[in-house]
Amino acid sequence: MPTTAPAAAHSLGEVTASDSTLRRFLHGLPGVDAVGLEARAASLGTRSIKTTAKAYAIDLAISMVDLTTLEGADTAGKVRALGAKAVRPDPTDRTSPSTAAVCVYPDMVATAKEAVAGSSVKVASVATAFPAGRAALAVKLADVRDAVAAGADEIDMVIDRGAFLAGNYMKVYDEIVAVKEASGAARLKVIFETGELSTYDNIRRASWLGMLAGADFIKTSTGKVAVNATPANTLLMLEAVRDFRAQTGIQVGVKPAGGIRTSKDAIKFLVIVNETAGEDWLDNHWFRFGASSLLNDLLMQRQKLATGRYSGPDYVTVD
Amino acid sequence: MASTSASASVFEYAPAPESRSVVDIAPSYGLFIDGEFTEAADGKVFKTVSPSTEEVLSEIAQAGEADVDRAVKAARRAFEKWSALPGSERAKYLFRIARIIQERSRELAVLETLDNGKPIKETRDADLPLVAAHFFYYAGWADKLDHAGFGANPQPLGVAGQVIPWNFPLLMLAWKIAPALATGNTVVLKPAETTPLSALFFADICRQAGLPKGVVNILPGYGDSGAALVAHPDVNKVAFTGSTAVGKAIARQVAGTTKKVTLELGGKGANIVFDDAPIDQAVEGIVTGIFFNQGQVCCAGSRLLVQESIQDELLDSLKRRLSTLRLGDPLDKNTDIGAINSAEQLSRITTLVEQGEAEGAERWSPSCELPSSGYWFAPTLFTNVTQAHTIARDEIFGPVLSVLTFRTPEEAVAKANNSQYGLSAGIWTEKGSRILAVASKLRAGVIWSNTFNKFDPTSPFGGYKESGYGREGGRHGLEAYLDV
Repeated sequence: MPTTAPAAAHSLGEVTASDSTLRRFLHGLPGVDAVGLEARAASLGTRSIKTTAKAYAIDLAISMVDLTTLEGADTAGKVRALGAKAVRPDPTDRTSPSTAAVCVYPDMVATAKEAVAGSSVKVASVATAFPAGRAALAVKLADVRDAVAAGADEIDMVIDRGAFLAGNYMKVYDEIVAVKEASGAARLKVIFETGELSTYDNIRRASWLGMLAGADFIKTSTGKVAVNATPANTLLMLEAVRDFRAQTGIQVGVKPAGGIRTSKDAIKFLVIVNETAGEDWLDNHWFRFGASSLLNDLLMQRQKLATGRYSGPDYVTVD
Repeated sequence: MASTSASASVFEYAPAPESRSVVDIAPSYGLFIDGEFTEAADGKVFKTVSPSTEEVLSEIAQAGEADVDRAVKAARRAFEKWSALPGSERAKYLFRIARIIQERSRELAVLETLDNGKPIKETRDADLPLVAAHFFYYAGWADKLDHAGFGANPQPLGVAGQVIPWNFPLLMLAWKIAPALATGNTVVLKPAETTPLSALFFADICRQAGLPKGVVNILPGYGDSGAALVAHPDVNKVAFTGSTAVGKAIARQVAGTTKKVTLELGGKGANIVFDDAPIDQAVEGIVTGIFFNQGQVCCAGSRLLVQESIQDELLDSLKRRLSTLRLGDPLDKNTDIGAINSAEQLSRITTLVEQGEAEGAERWSPSCELPSSGYWFAPTLFTNVTQAHTIARDEIFGPVLSVLTFRTPEEAVAKANNSQYGLSAGIWTEKGSRILAVASKLRAGVIWSNTFNKFDPTSPFGGYKESGYGREGGRHGLEAYLDV
């Protein structure tokens, strides 16, 4: 598996030398025509994925799920159930792949680690005062260190959208760099909350900003606002990771999160991955779905393909 | 026949063919005259084949001079009552036709794909929705002609003789027939010899809609049938879409007569990409501009004019994108590039491409396996092209893009306008003021900005210079069929 080189080594090092160079670089990125972008995403959505291609896509999608519970009401019992499901999504069919990870709040990391122990399933933890990110940097870093100490393999941080929208890109950059350092060996996913950044131009700038700062993954959303992952914003971020690798040789992953509920939707996203960034990203090391209810729909579709009939919600586990 | 794509390997899309069984093609079809299907007077027939497989689809009656005369007489007889109907009554028929087209759109899309060779994705998502939209749009005008800006109670011309091409068979039929009927004319229409089927299915739709006999007559045939129709003394209006050479011949033929003419001819559209363009969307627009319908589009963006400062970046992106195009079975829902319409057209494209190479332009195509039967041409890009190259001047009417460069907006405009044609152009920039400044200087009938090949029945379409004259679509499209 390709390894991620340290951010400082790439050819864009000078871009982050100062606030003004960073601003000039981000504002110099090509603009995004919203109509054209959405039309392209919609046209990829009309691909017809059938039979063997569908079976491949469903298993791939299952293996890319970050099975998520991020509720105030989360308990150890709930997290254990989620972990068991991530390891063995379909108790009636052992051939089903495990999900990529479970995604929990920092205080649930230890419990989640136990629940998935001995499996390939990673534990991801949201940190940095998720979802708003409105806390002092020291608090955010402590949050990250807690999660890492408890055994988190991956950290999902949120950027300071206020600073980004105010044009204070260097503050956002420095914060990501600090969180990356605090994450240590854990892979860092940087959440932009695209619904709050509002424009596609902003999403492209945030993508490059995150990658320059050393993100291992760029992620659309927290799932806590009105507009989360969409085919168009995911396509745009896939263009960004594709272009970033072309320029620096560094591959960065993409994670759409929130609002992807059906197999049909997930397959559309995989088509977008395939035809935008390419097959190098068709692997759960480089692409994830942040989702909870999606998994059961994938499992029902998987059973349908295997048996030729729909089983119904009583034949998949409710957690 | 499997879809092929250079990039597909890990995630190989399984074949997803649209069902052929939704359309029932009869072994033979007659001419549609005065509400009835009839044989040609001299009994002549020709075969129509599916360009993707060379399979014979049906045998079609071929109209001769006697049939043209019969059809024009039928249209003349029908004209009196049809033109006297209140506009709101004519509108009812047009609305009915539009709804039937929507109801039968899947069948018609499959039919069009079989007969023309273009991908089902296009007939399903572009051709058929636009066909229905055209009839809906002109149905709306039928009772509002007093308010169209041509004075009170504008009068129809009479019998319209219409000759349409093979690239958008049903859509070109709609562009011709909908405004003609809305304004109270009756029509005799000749579809192209390689794509007669959808027009004959349309004849059936006219019967289904209860359209009075003789209002619409369909005469399949070759160029001589079209010439006979244009020459008929009782035709009041000639509407032609096709090649510039034939358009010129028609103009000569009708000179000195009272026939009103509109011609929609060739083009060599310039797609201008400035250095501040939204690059990823520009790449999509370039692809849509030249590879939509295998480039067999009169308004295709067949000349890419790219600012030198972004040439390398843009061409890299474009080549990468072309590598993802899926060429193959047009009925497969995942096919992006279908078949070339005929052996004749394929040979014309091949000749011009060879000439491009011989003149020193650099040819590139993505690796792409062509099916063994049928008429196919891989998406092709030429770089190092100058204004002097034949492939920069002549209309190729195929999936072939000529890439030229410019340094300043003035140079872009000068090069774009340096063409015998003037049908379409595209402008790609994030700067609104530049769009307006450049568009006002381009001599082209249709100018798209930050998009390409977008069509809408409300928008007039037509050309400058050798791209023809007259406008189709929108309020302007009414004028061609009114005595004003």
